[in-house]
Amino acid sequence: MSDDKKQAMEKRQATLPEGVEQTRDRTLFVPPASIYETDDAVVVSADMPGVAAENVDITVEDNVLTLRGTSDDQAPEGMSLVYGEYETGDYHREFSLSSKIDVDGIEAKMDGGVLTLTLPKVQPSHRKIEVQASGA
Amino acid sequence: MFHTMSNLYNPLRQLREFQRDVDRLLGRYAPASTRAGGFPPVNVYASNDGAVVTAELPGIDPESLDITAQASTLTVRGERTLETAGDESRTWHRQERAGGAFSRTFQLPFDVDSDKVSASYRNGVLTIRLERPESHKPRKIAVKTG
Repeated sequence: MSDDKKQAMEKRQATLPEGVEQTRDRTLFVPPASIYETDDAVVVSADMPGVAAENVDITVEDNVLTLRGTSDDQAPEGMSLVYGEYETGDYHREFSLSSKIDVDGIEAKMDGGVLTLTLPKVQPSHRKIEVQASGA
Repeated sequence: MFHTMSNLYNPLRQLREFQRDVDRLLGRYAPASTRAGGFPPVNVYASNDGAVVTAELPGIDPESLDITAQASTLTVRGERTLETAGDESRTWHRQERAGGAFSRTFQLPFDVDSDKVSASYRNGVLTIRLERPESHKPRKIAVKTG
């Protein structure tokens, strides 16, 4: 793996909007994401290792998609950390959606710490407008 | 003494250097939490009986991992395959997730029993449990008095 990729894999800490305080005493990370678009949908994947499916919270409000994930503590009982390269914590990320997304049709899947969201696009309805001649 | 103009008057460069110094002071380049040695990042826990190595490896097939332990050396090899841009119907907007082959070797604080290594994969976290051979475990020595 190249150095830039390693760099990209390092956990990025999330910054909350000014004046907003966290209510859990855990580090908050921005999950790395990939986004692609097809004719029918926008697909968002986010890496949230340590987060179980039931601990993912997805909301859409005012066209802002918010992903939250709380992770379980990984430290085994009765052992002490002798070497550490990463910190465990929670995840938070927001995306602004284009209004073309069918919010009710959003599907979410959590597999191996990777959240995949399928956001279906609203299909434009093709309606031909007839122009009526006034006959005058 | 002669200085070239670029050395003397380059406010932009000075600004960049200042920014770099500030970054270094604030520890932005090497925050303790992300002192990563590579991919995947690992944590090593130990007790008198053994060690546990955890690694954050989201979205991999655990079957594809190759884990070997010999004496006090642990090696983890594998590959993380991501959906690629190959499909033409897809327009990529962002790709922050990295993939590819990886291999990491660690020196453990003690020898481990290579027959008693177990690994589990849950929610994208790999946990490897290693035991010390019975004969290597530290024994408490009672001091006789009198």
